Amino acid sequence: MDWVNAIVQGVLIGGLYALFAAGLSLIFGVMRLVNIAHGDMIVAAAYLALVIVQATGLHPLASALLVVPLMALIGYAMQRVLLNPTIGKDLLSPLLVTFGISVILQNGLLVAFTADSRRLAAGSIETASIQLAPGLSLGVLPLLMFAASVLIIFGMELVFFRTSLGRAFRATSDDPEVAQLMNLNRNHVFGMAMALSAAVVAIAGIFLAIRTNFDPASGPARLIFGFEAVIIGGLGNLWGTLAGGVVLGVAQAVGAQISPGWQILAGHLVFFLVLGLRPRGLFPRMD
Amino acid sequence: MAEPILSIASLKAGYGDFQALFGIDLEVGPGETLALIGANGAGKTTLLRAITGLVGCAPAMVRLDGRPIGGMRPDRIAALGVAMVPEGRRLFRSLSVEENLLIGGERARRGDWTLERVYDLFPILRERRRNPATALSGGQQQMVAIGRALMANPRLILFDEISLGLAPVVIRDIYAAVPAIMASGVSAILVEQDVTRALAVARKFVCLQEGRVSLAGRPGEHDRQAITAAYFGLAR
Repeated sequence: MDWVNAIVQGVLIGGLYALFAAGLSLIFGVMRLVNIAHGDMIVAAAYLALVIVQATGLHPLASALLVVPLMALIGYAMQRVLLNPTIGKDLLSPLLVTFGISVILQNGLLVAFTADSRRLAAGSIETASIQLAPGLSLGVLPLLMFAASVLIIFGMELVFFRTSLGRAFRATSDDPEVAQLMNLNRNHVFGMAMALSAAVVAIAGIFLAIRTNFDPASGPARLIFGFEAVIIGGLGNLWGTLAGGVVLGVAQAVGAQISPGWQILAGHLVFFLVLGLRPRGLFPRMD
Repeated sequence: MAEPILSIASLKAGYGDFQALFGIDLEVGPGETLALIGANGAGKTTLLRAITGLVGCAPAMVRLDGRPIGGMRPDRIAALGVAMVPEGRRLFRSLSVEENLLIGGERARRGDWTLERVYDLFPILRERRRNPATALSGGQQQMVAIGRALMANPRLILFDEISLGLAPVVIRDIYAAVPAIMASGVSAILVEQDVTRALAVARKFVCLQEGRVSLAGRPGEHDRQAITAAYFGLAR
């Protein structure tokens, strides 16, 4: 039963990894940019939630009402002011800018919040669980987070494939030059993509803050997990990204079951295995 | 003659150190079709790119309704009513046929062109509206590219090599739609390798050669020999 338990917990944490990955995947898909600061943005969102919870006394989950729009605004401004001027000339300059944002975020958070690890207490919901079988129980909170992740990815799919904003994203990704001739302002489209990505980052940050301890240096590891989930699932396919997150989560949980030292390594090994055997991921977008 | 919609005056443009246009002058009046002919590398595409803002130039070199638009951002120029059917069609490959048409009309000016009217013009597109745009034949893709431009309800539409790479019978079908498009009152610039076809639908023409206007006038005004000479730059 321990193994079943490990796998189930792995699936549930996989939802969170998919959430880390979804925003990353969106940005790469729309503007061919690998956002190195993505993990640090998640951690920054976690701190933003912490500040808001401390200031207002809101429940951490309710803080999303403020954190999500704030992060979306910050994302939009960051794209318009910092990233757009560098995009389009070559791939390296925007990449370096995101690297710079990553360094600044980490050190800024260090100055503001010290290196102490923090956590958001979510109250009694943290320990609530549903018993499925003797020795196998599901935490209500992980279950809720998984459901939320699936819903968010479903929502992103809807935006991407059913709305005019999504059409603008896809058109700009296909052919930025002709998209401009369709009266699409590239700078605004990219800003909206970053805003949506940052909104998802906000949810991911809140979930991260409730689930685990975090500190200003937690970002890069979240970036790696997100990146691995995207690659395992296959680029450009959000449901694949969810599957990738789940595969990564299960690999880590099974690894941890073997020996705690194996947890992270097992995830990386599965990632390398997929990269070696199916470089385009498990569910590449059909072209 | 009525005030021109588009007027281009001593337009010079190019890419970096390479100058492609050396002082072009031309005018397009309301509802008028101008054929732009010339050999490969004569500067036809650069001229269209300067009109749509994809290539920079001084503001006064390109005027739309007298308003200087040279060097404006392409999306702003599009908003003023300039639409382009780009060479090679360049449909959005991850969008369906209908989505390609919709995106053309999303931020459109008010006007007559709607999804229904484009489907009436090209009935085959209605049948295939759910298909990915790239799953269509070359001629059908060209119809989508034309429909996408029409959806913006443009005042000026630029056709860049719409017959390139298509079978003659398909080209005939596409050109059969041109009168219906012009009847809606839109002005047009038609860039075409097929000189005979271009001159048949245009009221006037401009021939470019090495970035300069080598001949201009009405199709009946010059004989075939003069046009050939202006096109290839043989005898002067």
